[in-house]
Amino acid sequence: MRNFTLPSEELMGSGHLGCQGCGAALAMRYALKAAGDNTIVVIPACCWTIIAGPFPYTSLKVPVLHTAFETAAVAASGVRAALDIQGDTETTVLAWAGDGGTFDIGLQSLSGAAERNENILYICYDNEAYMNTGIQRSGATPYLAWTTTTPEKTPKTEPKKDIMAIMVAHGIPYAATATVAYPDDFIRKVQKAKSIYGTKFLHVLAPCPPGWKAPSEWTIKLSRLAVHTRVFPLYEVEHGERYILNEPKEATTLPVSEYLKLQGRFSHLTEREREAIQELIEKRWQKLLRMVRESS
Amino acid sequence: MTPTLTGTKKVVTGNHAVSYGVMLARAQVISAYPITPQTQIVELLSEMCATGALRAKFIKVESEHSAMAALIGAASAGARTFTATSAHGLALMHEMLHWAAGARLPIVMANVNRAMGPPWSVWTDQNDSLSQRDTGWMQVYCESNQEVLDSVIQAYRVAERVFMPAMLVLDAFVLSHTAEQIEIPDQSLVDEYLPPYRPIYKLDPNDPRSFGALAPPDVYMELRYKMHQAMEDALDEWARADEEFSELFGRRYGLIEPYRADDAKILLVTSGTVTSTAREVIDELRAEGRRVGLLKIRVFRPFPAQLVREALRNAEKAAVIDRNISFGMGGIFAQEIKSALYNSSECPPIFGFVAGLGGRDITPKAIREIIDYTESHDEPQDLIWVGVKR
Repeated sequence: MRNFTLPSEELMGSGHLGCQGCGAALAMRYALKAAGDNTIVVIPACCWTIIAGPFPYTSLKVPVLHTAFETAAVAASGVRAALDIQGDTETTVLAWAGDGGTFDIGLQSLSGAAERNENILYICYDNEAYMNTGIQRSGATPYLAWTTTTPEKTPKTEPKKDIMAIMVAHGIPYAATATVAYPDDFIRKVQKAKSIYGTKFLHVLAPCPPGWKAPSEWTIKLSRLAVHTRVFPLYEVEHGERYILNEPKEATTLPVSEYLKLQGRFSHLTEREREAIQELIEKRWQKLLRMVRESS
Repeated sequence: MTPTLTGTKKVVTGNHAVSYGVMLARAQVISAYPITPQTQIVELLSEMCATGALRAKFIKVESEHSAMAALIGAASAGARTFTATSAHGLALMHEMLHWAAGARLPIVMANVNRAMGPPWSVWTDQNDSLSQRDTGWMQVYCESNQEVLDSVIQAYRVAERVFMPAMLVLDAFVLSHTAEQIEIPDQSLVDEYLPPYRPIYKLDPNDPRSFGALAPPDVYMELRYKMHQAMEDALDEWARADEEFSELFGRRYGLIEPYRADDAKILLVTSGTVTSTAREVIDELRAEGRRVGLLKIRVFRPFPAQLVREALRNAEKAAVIDRNISFGMGGIFAQEIKSALYNSSECPPIFGFVAGLGGRDITPKAIREIIDYTESHDEPQDLIWVGVKR
């Protein structure tokens, strides 16, 4: 891990329109470094609709197809089919969607593509709410978080949807989680996904400074804490069965409050609510450990 | 079932005529979702793909919305594409119909006209396709199975020249499930008529471009202006496509088709299969010495306004049969025709008849009554319901 060198190829320009400290912008930079220039990116409605730049500009040095909110996986399937029938089976087709386009409105077409095992790489950058429209709750918003549609007096009462479990249940050849705090792990996973035929799904936590109400310089810190507090464990699942845990070497388990207290979206929480979140995180962690044990 | 020979005569349904047209057009990516009464189209195409009669990727998606989204991806990457749907499937696609047209992708689709629910109906009327009028899709209403097959081939030719998508429309059951003898054109002639699709731009890592990015107000309107210009150009392209088609295959249809319309005092205006019934009635009435004629509207978008004006110029009255209804206004073809004529100095009174909704037969008797009514009334009426039980 210490000997890791970031690929020098830059396929994303600095003139993008992401906010300061945008986790999703950094995630794209890493993903493209790993995927390489023989890649076509399909972007549904999401923050990246804006980040990529308005006509006639683009911040990416690879082709981009913008498409409707709920269609990332299926539009990517169409691109794949067109390339295949024209004899190009090498180009990587990368569907790049936010959590709203993945957990909610795009879930049907994503499920369809996964069921057909379309040869695409689908990366969900998860900033845990509809950030592009101004921070409304999504199926990815964590338990008790504030958003503009879950105000502090009635924060989100449902836990975050387990999108990895849903994707794993499709039996796709590869599903993994990643964060921008561990680019080595992230890039390895994109490269691994690229080498596998079929539907590959990456779930990337992408801190959003304005949406999470956190300083922009804490994106990496929050990403790292998300792993260390087990809010967002790093793991891979092969063929819907084989679970592999990728705990960073320096991992020390921290209480979830260390993660929550840095973010304004959780500032309304009582001690009891923080404990309830801790219990939820622990329950999901134990479930993950069980899956790892059972599959090894 | 799967064809090995072309350039032969064959008895096929309207649905299978679509499939043969798609095969001859050498579509490369097909994506579809089942819906009655369209399903036979994609069943035969699946078989053609399975046997290799058609070398295409068939993406069997989980919804019509996804069918159109898949084709948008495929066409953006340079493939010739096809889907088929009907009624609720078309309605579900609505967002992506705008997207396909706005992206200037020459996708071709067959829509089998089926009434919208509720209540559930599987029978024909035109409200499904006409509800998509303003999406930027060309629309062609077919009368016979031969016309269906030929129009598929013509549609690719026009769509790929003006970079606008095209929708073939055929009536549920009356055409979709009715078998007629048709000629399956020779593949080599179709290849001559329809060269491979060559997009100006496509998704290509060697020439990276961004497609569909946010367009600020200073450019958006120009892109819409160009779409409208493309539709205007499409009027000429349809005429040219039809002309060259007739040179190679000996058949032509026109954007509109006047039938026994010379010297007609009353012109009946129709679209789809009711046209065939109307031809019979016109023949009978002509035999009785009455000066009545017929105008079939085949290409509805782009609307051939000038041709319609010329065709109706000398008529004393026109009676439009609409197998559709815009609630709160009336029949949609009648509205379009009135709109086309309003600024014309020669503008006959237009009688609007709504008939045959939800698959009710439009009988020769009903058509006679429509003509009699028009003849015996001086003041035009916007909306006359035919055969409705009150």
